[in-house]
Amino acid sequence: MCTTCGCGVTDEISIKLPGENLSGAVKNMQIEISNHHEHEHGHHHDHSHEKTVIELEQDILHANKMLAERNRGYFLAKNIFAINLVSSPGSGKTSLLEKTLSDLKNEIDFYVIEGDQQTMNDADRIDALKVPVVQINTGKACHLDSDMVNKAILKLNPSQDSIVMIENVGNLVCPAAFDLGENARAVIISTTEGDDKPIKYPDMFADSDVCIINKIDLLPYVNFDVSKAKDYALRVNPKLIFFEISVTTGEGTDKWYEWLKSNVKK
Amino acid sequence: MHELSIALGIVEIAEKEVLKAGASKVELIELEIGKLSGVEIEALNFAWPQATEGSVLETAEKKIYVIKGVAECLDCNIKFDIENIYDSCPKCNGYLKNIIQGKELRVKALTVD
Repeated sequence: MCTTCGCGVTDEISIKLPGENLSGAVKNMQIEISNHHEHEHGHHHDHSHEKTVIELEQDILHANKMLAERNRGYFLAKNIFAINLVSSPGSGKTSLLEKTLSDLKNEIDFYVIEGDQQTMNDADRIDALKVPVVQINTGKACHLDSDMVNKAILKLNPSQDSIVMIENVGNLVCPAAFDLGENARAVIISTTEGDDKPIKYPDMFADSDVCIINKIDLLPYVNFDVSKAKDYALRVNPKLIFFEISVTTGEGTDKWYEWLKSNVKK
Repeated sequence: MHELSIALGIVEIAEKEVLKAGASKVELIELEIGKLSGVEIEALNFAWPQATEGSVLETAEKKIYVIKGVAECLDCNIKFDIENIYDSCPKCNGYLKNIIQGKELRVKALTVD
């Protein structure tokens, strides 16, 4: 499956539980891009050399989409609500996760998939909260794809009626193109970024269901116009639902929690 | 730079088709890329040599058909060209629209030998 990583190296992606050593990294995450150097086509020059035109009309992301649908089917069968959290680096995805998990973990069963190019840091932060977590290290790849998430889910084995939080690689461009099979996509921007992010990076906002504006406690100190940011985001996607929150002070998190709870149908 | 992933996806598709056709290489690959697909053609061209090296596409000629964005306004039902996802309807200035063209990311055809 090589619609995936882009790293060009087969063993660079690893999917690990906290504390799992490097040698235990998932070996079946092989990406078949080196294959084409090795195989023979059995071309014996016994046929005429007429050129053949193959009309394909094939979606380049077809393989990713098919596997994403398979993940979606897995979630449906277990009545799981899966969220794909996307943002640029530093907008507070992991902090939001930590806050949400510590406030709601007694009411809802959470499972977390962490995506970063390197390190187990984020998984260790989630593990400290005693919430099951799997870390995907994508190597050089700039996004998660449905194949990586599929392997992570199988490793995580989330329970019936739970929420699976997938924290994508911090990148406001590339993850937009890759359906992971999630039920909802949440894009996070923070008030320390520009309020024109939604039209600078429209693809990410176009395919999201929820937009979380984080760090609102910093509004008095920064040049971020919340209404302008929302207006821009609504131009890209008129159906976006907004939550204005501060992970630091807890302001506005109640509405975000209500929304999460309303999506866990028991 | 997810264009490298896209390019590797194209290589995989081409490898499969060449094998199926009992051919040895691709002479011409035709791609359809929508202006709203999120793929930068320049970045794809940049990633291309690295992605196709040693594959059936290494010496292939690449032809890209760029497909313009077209949307349909959900309020007044008119179709209009769009440059950006956030462009509004020229008639009612509304943003509620269906994008009906421009998100394509397809291998249209392969000429194999």
